[in-house]
Amino acid sequence: MALLTCENLCLAYDKKVVLSGLSFTVERGNCLCVVGENGSGKSTLMKALLGLLPVAGGTISFGEGLSRKEIAYLPQQSVFQENFPASVREVVLSGRLSRKGFLSFYNREDRQTAERYMEKLGILSLEDSSFQTLSGGQRQRVLLARALSSEPELLLIDEPTTGLDPVMTGDFYDLLEEIVSLGKTVIMVTHDTAAALRYATHILHLHNRPLFFGSSEAYQNSAVGRKYLGK
Amino acid sequence: MLDYLKILFTGSIFANALIVGVLLSVCASLLGVSLVLKKYAMIGDGLSHVSFAAMAVAVATGQSPLAFSLPLVMLTAFLLLRLSEKSRVKGDAAIAVVSTAALAVGAIAARGTNIDIESYLFGSVVAVTRQDVILTVAVAAVTLLLYVLFYNRIFAVTFDETYLAAGGGHPAVYNAVIAILTAVTVVVGMRLVGALLISALILFPPLSAMRLFKSFRGVVTAAAVLSVFSFLTALVVSLFLDVSTSACIVLLDLLIFGGAALFRTLQKGGA
Repeated sequence: MALLTCENLCLAYDKKVVLSGLSFTVERGNCLCVVGENGSGKSTLMKALLGLLPVAGGTISFGEGLSRKEIAYLPQQSVFQENFPASVREVVLSGRLSRKGFLSFYNREDRQTAERYMEKLGILSLEDSSFQTLSGGQRQRVLLARALSSEPELLLIDEPTTGLDPVMTGDFYDLLEEIVSLGKTVIMVTHDTAAALRYATHILHLHNRPLFFGSSEAYQNSAVGRKYLGK
Repeated sequence: MLDYLKILFTGSIFANALIVGVLLSVCASLLGVSLVLKKYAMIGDGLSHVSFAAMAVAVATGQSPLAFSLPLVMLTAFLLLRLSEKSRVKGDAAIAVVSTAALAVGAIAARGTNIDIESYLFGSVVAVTRQDVILTVAVAAVTLLLYVLFYNRIFAVTFDETYLAAGGGHPAVYNAVIAILTAVTVVVGMRLVGALLISALILFPPLSAMRLFKSFRGVVTAAAVLSVFSFLTALVVSLFLDVSTSACIVLLDLLIFGGAALFRTLQKGGA
């Protein structure tokens, strides 16, 4: 069974249908990129996968024993308020919370895991810095370290390159490649279709309904893909 | 004069005020950090007015003020936090509506009773009774225990509610915990510092602490310390000058906030 299966999914906001007739599967180790124009239902799908939006019809089901606690999330950066007092260490450690039971004190394993990912992402020297004073690229590394600290099976990434300059964008894609090579399953929503194609194993193209779902090679040769990529 | 002060400082009145004030200062400032960051800064103000109205109604109808007002204020806190999330009426407007309406109800209900409106609005440290002390100790113990137990989740629900929810956490539960603890702190606290000034205990220490520290833990600790410091100083000063203690607390808080803001500006200018 696949890690994630969506069957005939229908999603709505205030009873207005945004996305319908969507079926797709994600296997372990896949990197699925969800592409489409603004308002095509990409972010809505992301919310539903995160369990933040109830499905209006159809089903989302997890396989291979995947539970919601094993899903981590890299949000867009615009959601954070200015001047929030939080150190890098505090933010990264909070990623461990989904692994915690009723009591949420951090133990040595939590701290070591957080430290390991901070080191991996090159932000260990920033651990006492304020999250809000970091650059966009550094903040993204912190949020990625938070997500990876929960040692997730499935990583959901929402528009990762929004607000990043070209250098940071390049850095991010290098990181993404590394994450995928670690065997993590990734679902990424992006408007950057050209970049998506380089890293994705599969593409889901939405326009309020699925226009295409399949491997990235198949997408490049499909009518939708060719039109969208301007070939 | 000296004899009077001696009695005041050694007697049980002062001890009562001291215990109640310190505990309330700590509780209010800890909860205040989350409330200010979640943009519910004015909720303390709204709740204290509801508490005032509830007490006035309770006295007018011959019921126990505390037993009557506590559940009502908790319910209001819970609804206000929910309302702000879901409804079309924005949180700040909802709080303002509840706040002013409650004050009006309270003012009418208090007429014809022997309620001393001034002591409800501005509080009275020397009016703290033995019963208040016991109640405050109980409330503070529960608040501090829950705060410490859930500290990491309170950070998470304040910093990034969506992430907590996505990981299978329950932000609604922790928001409700914050709401209920705030309600209890306000109900108990307004007897000491009054309905009009209780929100100062929630607002000022976190705002000052946020200008001095950059980590969540630093801000929480500093808020509690600043809050206790300004209460103790204000208590002594107000007894010497024979002016309202709560007004002294607010003015001292304002002074500290000014100092912290200046520190921040200088620090930024220097960097």
